[in-house]
Amino acid sequence: MLLEIQDLRIHFRDAPAGKDAVKGISFHMDEGEILGLVGESGSGKTVTAMALSSLLSNAKTEMTGAILFQGKDMFRASREELRAMRGKDICVVFQEPMTSMDPVMRIGPQIEEALLVHTDLSPAERKAKALQAMADAELPDPETLYYKYPHELSGGMLQRAMIAAAIISEPKLLICDEPTTALDVTIQEGILALLKKINREKGTGILFISHNLHVVRKLCTRVAVMCKGELVEEGDVDQVFFQPRQDYTKRLIAAIPTRRKRG
Amino acid sequence: MEGRDGPNYFLISGSIISALMAALILVGFVWTPYGTTEMSGREKFMPPCLSHPLGTDNFGRDLLSRIMEGAGSTFLIALCVVLIGGIIGTIIGCLTGYFGGAADLILMRVCDAITAFPSILLALVLIAVIGMGKYQITVILGILFIPSFARVVRGEVAKQKNLNYVASARLMGASHLRIIFRHILPNTVQVLLPILAIGFNNAVLAEASMSYLGVGVLPPDASLGRMLSESQTYLGKAPWYALFTGLTIVLMILGMSLLTEGLQQRRRK
Amino acid sequence: MKYVLRKLTTLIITLFIVSLLAFLAFQVIPGSPATRMLGTNATPEKIAALEAELGFDQPVLIRYGHWVLDFVRGDWGISYSYSMPVKDMILEKLPATATLVILAFLLVVLASFPLGVATARREGSGLDRFITVVNQICMSIPPVFVGILLSFVFGITLRVFVPGNFVTFSESPGRFLVYMIFPAIAVALSRIAMTVKMLRSSILDEMNKDYIRTAFSRGRTRADALRRHALRNALIPVVAFLAVTAAELVAGTIVVEQVFAVPGVGRLLLASISGRDFPVAQAIVVLLAAWVVIVNFIADILYQYMDPRIRIQ
Repeated sequence: MLLEIQDLRIHFRDAPAGKDAVKGISFHMDEGEILGLVGESGSGKTVTAMALSSLLSNAKTEMTGAILFQGKDMFRASREELRAMRGKDICVVFQEPMTSMDPVMRIGPQIEEALLVHTDLSPAERKAKALQAMADAELPDPETLYYKYPHELSGGMLQRAMIAAAIISEPKLLICDEPTTALDVTIQEGILALLKKINREKGTGILFISHNLHVVRKLCTRVAVMCKGELVEEGDVDQVFFQPRQDYTKRLIAAIPTRRKRG
Repeated sequence: MEGRDGPNYFLISGSIISALMAALILVGFVWTPYGTTEMSGREKFMPPCLSHPLGTDNFGRDLLSRIMEGAGSTFLIALCVVLIGGIIGTIIGCLTGYFGGAADLILMRVCDAITAFPSILLALVLIAVIGMGKYQITVILGILFIPSFARVVRGEVAKQKNLNYVASARLMGASHLRIIFRHILPNTVQVLLPILAIGFNNAVLAEASMSYLGVGVLPPDASLGRMLSESQTYLGKAPWYALFTGLTIVLMILGMSLLTEGLQQRRRK
Repeated sequence: MKYVLRKLTTLIITLFIVSLLAFLAFQVIPGSPATRMLGTNATPEKIAALEAELGFDQPVLIRYGHWVLDFVRGDWGISYSYSMPVKDMILEKLPATATLVILAFLLVVLASFPLGVATARREGSGLDRFITVVNQICMSIPPVFVGILLSFVFGITLRVFVPGNFVTFSESPGRFLVYMIFPAIAVALSRIAMTVKMLRSSILDEMNKDYIRTAFSRGRTRADALRRHALRNALIPVVAFLAVTAAELVAGTIVVEQVFAVPGVGRLLLASISGRDFPVAQAIVVLLAAWVVIVNFIADILYQYMDPRIRIQ
């Protein structure tokens, strides 16, 4: 078991008591699995993802329950232990590649940042690994791109660079928070194919967060559906898609055809 | 972020200081403990005591009375400067921001250029041209402060004019001028208030500096800057003269800036 | 390089416009300079003769052209009051003012960077609150008053220097520095406070951006994310602010030279305006304006060096 979440509750300290962002959810992920986490905006899926990557500040949020990563309880781990996991065992790809990169730093150093933090590799070794990760992320001409600045790349290229940065330290868990939402539909397909390839070749477990069940269906084997902070449905992707048990899921599925018509 | 739940110390202390200074100035307009020109050979350089709470100056004049008069004069000048700069700047900003075009481009370039230069330098040039005195310095500073207001108002108006409520007012047949001054202008108050306060502080600072240098307010008109310059001569004999005069300027500015800072913090929450 | 060339062209055009405006400002002043030089009881013939000699019978633009050419060649005119070359008068006063501005600028940079970073790093801590309050107070004290307070404490009470006196560098470099450091502090204090406040809020703005969250997700500590990412981004607006500072410091010295009786360009400017010695005032105004324009030019160049997004254009 890669990840197990037991009765996770998240409360923002500035929200009124009893108004939890996440209201006691439980689910699990196996090693090398692609799990989809679906819900509308405000359903608590992104907050859950931030909690898994320990990016929520204790000053602003209160969390109860347990997150077991490879059997280890993350709520009992020290700050330093959590930091050692971030960027090494658990990596994140965010929604907005444009704003998620440092605008005044070249692409290369940003891709190898996790190596700088977690390993003692020499600059040359780091660069070699970065170029390899860029090739793995199917970026053309890594040697040139390495020295480019973020504003010189397209959104799709940047997201591939973000993925390269995330897979460079070969994490066990890759959290992708709406990684294709900000991109054109044609570019989406390529990113999804890339994630699938990474999962197949490196055995990386991927938690794929999206509001779009259609996209999730293409990529994931299993899916969990969240609504208003609660987990309403979980199961095999085809089963959830064709025989949804909850009205909410039905409505989410019903929302897809309109998207198709538009696209 | 900070003080999310705690009291807003900036707002509280700013209100208290500003209220004190306002009281001092307003009372000073109608009543001062002593006549501001009342000299007394026997009471020269008296340190603060019961009969003269802030002491006396080189002519034996009561300092509290003189500071009340000087602060009032400095306050009036700063107020007029902000009014001149604020009103003209707002009108220019509204028109250029709303209509845009070449006039907008040129005027904003000119504003950029003027604000790039320190206002004291420009004020000195204008003083060389039109002369010194309290009316001259008020007009000069007023003119120099126009760009800072015009720029901020222009930016806000340019932003507001694309909002839906302007389009609907237009559809209902409102004239451009009516839209600008009845619909858009009230919405720019939010950004205008802090810069009015900053402008007021800069005006107090500029007046004090110019009068200190002897090119602003001239005798016999009162001003804190002029008092500061006189007090420096007697710094060894009567340090309280300089200290209280300077402190009055500091408190006038500090009260206003704490108030602005506090209001901005409250709005951020 | 293209960018630098384009900015350089703008710089030269701006210098021309600024010098023309400064020249025109001193032309509209009522009263003929010849009358002023010869006194009010001079005969009209004498005045006309002197005006012709000074070239005042020619159109304004021609006179401007002559004046610019002379200025560039190093002939800055003759003082009305002292009948001395303006250039000599200004160059004699320049070292003191230049030292003052450089010292003050160094103080601003050396004091505000560590303080700005420290307060941003420990946002909300006791140190942060304390410095925020001190900042607010320092910004409210006019440089004149800072100068008077320093004179009182270090001059009159502690006798580190004698208020009203001045020691030149050639007399004694050590004493010169003592006589310079207090005026420099007076000029710099409020700018230091502003720069600290600006740097702090700029860094904290950056710390809330998405790319900092990315850095955290890669295992960066807050201190590292601040130093390696936020700081470089936060410095971009601060560079523009430092250009304004370099200009404002010069304006501040005009006032503070008076407080400490520093024989500098600022006092010369004031004396020439009060004494209606316009060739001197005009030359100083043009020089100071040129300084402002050049400082902004340097900031533009630094800006594009620091921000790759501008570099491309």
